[in-house]
Amino acid sequence: MSDEPRDLNAEGGHGAVPMTGVPTEQSPAQASRREWPLWEVFVRAKRGLSHVHAGSLHAPDAEMAVRNARDLYTRRQEGVSIWVARAEEITASSPDEKDAFFDPAGDKIYRHPTFYAVPEGVQHL
Amino acid sequence: MRYDAGVYDDDRTTPGQGRTATAEHSEAATRVQARDLDADFQAIIDTDGRVEPRDAMPEAYRKGLIRQIAQHAHSEIIGMQPEANWIGRAPSLRRKAILMAKVQDEAGHGLYLYAAAETLGADRADLLDMLHNGRQKYSSIFNYPTLTWADMGAIGWLVDGAAIVNQVPLCRCSYGPYARAMTRVCKEESFHQRQGFESLNTLSHGTKAQHAMAQDAVDRWWWPSLMMFGPPDDRSPNSAQSMAWGIKRFSNDDLRQRFVDMTVPQAAALGLTLPDPALAWNEARGHHDFGDIDFTELFEVIKGNGPCNQQRMDQRRRAHEDGAWVRDAATAYAAKRHTEAAATTRSVA
Repeated sequence: MSDEPRDLNAEGGHGAVPMTGVPTEQSPAQASRREWPLWEVFVRAKRGLSHVHAGSLHAPDAEMAVRNARDLYTRRQEGVSIWVARAEEITASSPDEKDAFFDPAGDKIYRHPTFYAVPEGVQHL
Repeated sequence: MRYDAGVYDDDRTTPGQGRTATAEHSEAATRVQARDLDADFQAIIDTDGRVEPRDAMPEAYRKGLIRQIAQHAHSEIIGMQPEANWIGRAPSLRRKAILMAKVQDEAGHGLYLYAAAETLGADRADLLDMLHNGRQKYSSIFNYPTLTWADMGAIGWLVDGAAIVNQVPLCRCSYGPYARAMTRVCKEESFHQRQGFESLNTLSHGTKAQHAMAQDAVDRWWWPSLMMFGPPDDRSPNSAQSMAWGIKRFSNDDLRQRFVDMTVPQAAALGLTLPDPALAWNEARGHHDFGDIDFTELFEVIKGNGPCNQQRMDQRRRAHEDGAWVRDAATAYAAKRHTEAAATTRSVA
């Protein structure tokens, strides 16, 4: 079987797809248009809980982003409230300096109650 | 090994972060940094941790994932077609509502996955272009026709059943956004499989003609479903790398065997047979034996020679073009509202 595709990946969810000879990006000249902006979606599962990041989507404006988020992330009553935020307006800590950035908390175990010795038999402490 | 910082959020505005040496970095320092990033990535993989969008990752890992996730997304979107074909002819309002919900889910799955691919620096418009111009592919299973109503049941039971077996391990895949998308997908797929089973069960225990229709659908979908797991392990050269990176968790043959073992008793409950005379329980192995799969058929379908390849692509392109005015209108409306809001702000000031 000489013309057998040599490199099929069955992990493509619904079955085998080729993994060689498949490009992952186009040159900018080939792109037909720019997408709508990307929005990050946060969903409150029920009253009393915080909004939690659910995923992202594209929409032309905030109002459409909320509507699309309802259709995409709450088809099974997963939420009672939705926030959307433009992805480009989110500022995040840098993964490159994650160790240095979070180090200051590393040696302060005295911030945890388990750091302290409590005499035998003492309760409600 | 070359690295790109994951492209996401504010990384979009700082391209090259994590790989560009500034003036004061010597070449040696850059090498050390690259080695650190290499070690960071490997440490995550070794401890079965999760790689997140902005982490440094090998370029081959990033590209391989884009390829896999994009083609997975395409499969979900194309997968809407064989079933949409029957929405207008569903035998009852109940079945029609179920089928519409299922097709809507497939669209949702596609969108979760495109979003996951975008966290790796891909652009959804590009990915769709590459689907439309045929440079990226979708799963071969959707190139088979849905000839009767019973095919809706058989697809839910067998095709979605096989997809679940393939997809559940992906919920633990090493790339966080893909794993999270798959967790949502898998939750929803179990409804797909169950409604298919129920539909087939109704037909199988209905009239003689209904039973025959159910059996015919199972006869046609059984082998393509087994092919969904891909070529046998000894003909899957890339599996090893994919496993080493924690993307793939079980081999094609292991997953296929799991699917067969799970499905045989379900077929018995349905009162339907599976079209394989070699299918038999093997006490020694503790698994079912089954007949040889004709992979030439799979390879033909993948090359574009399946029964519906052309039709699926034509329909996808047409749907995209027909939807252009909706996208344009939404863009124009958003721009108009933006202008109006700006004008209001000015007049207040």
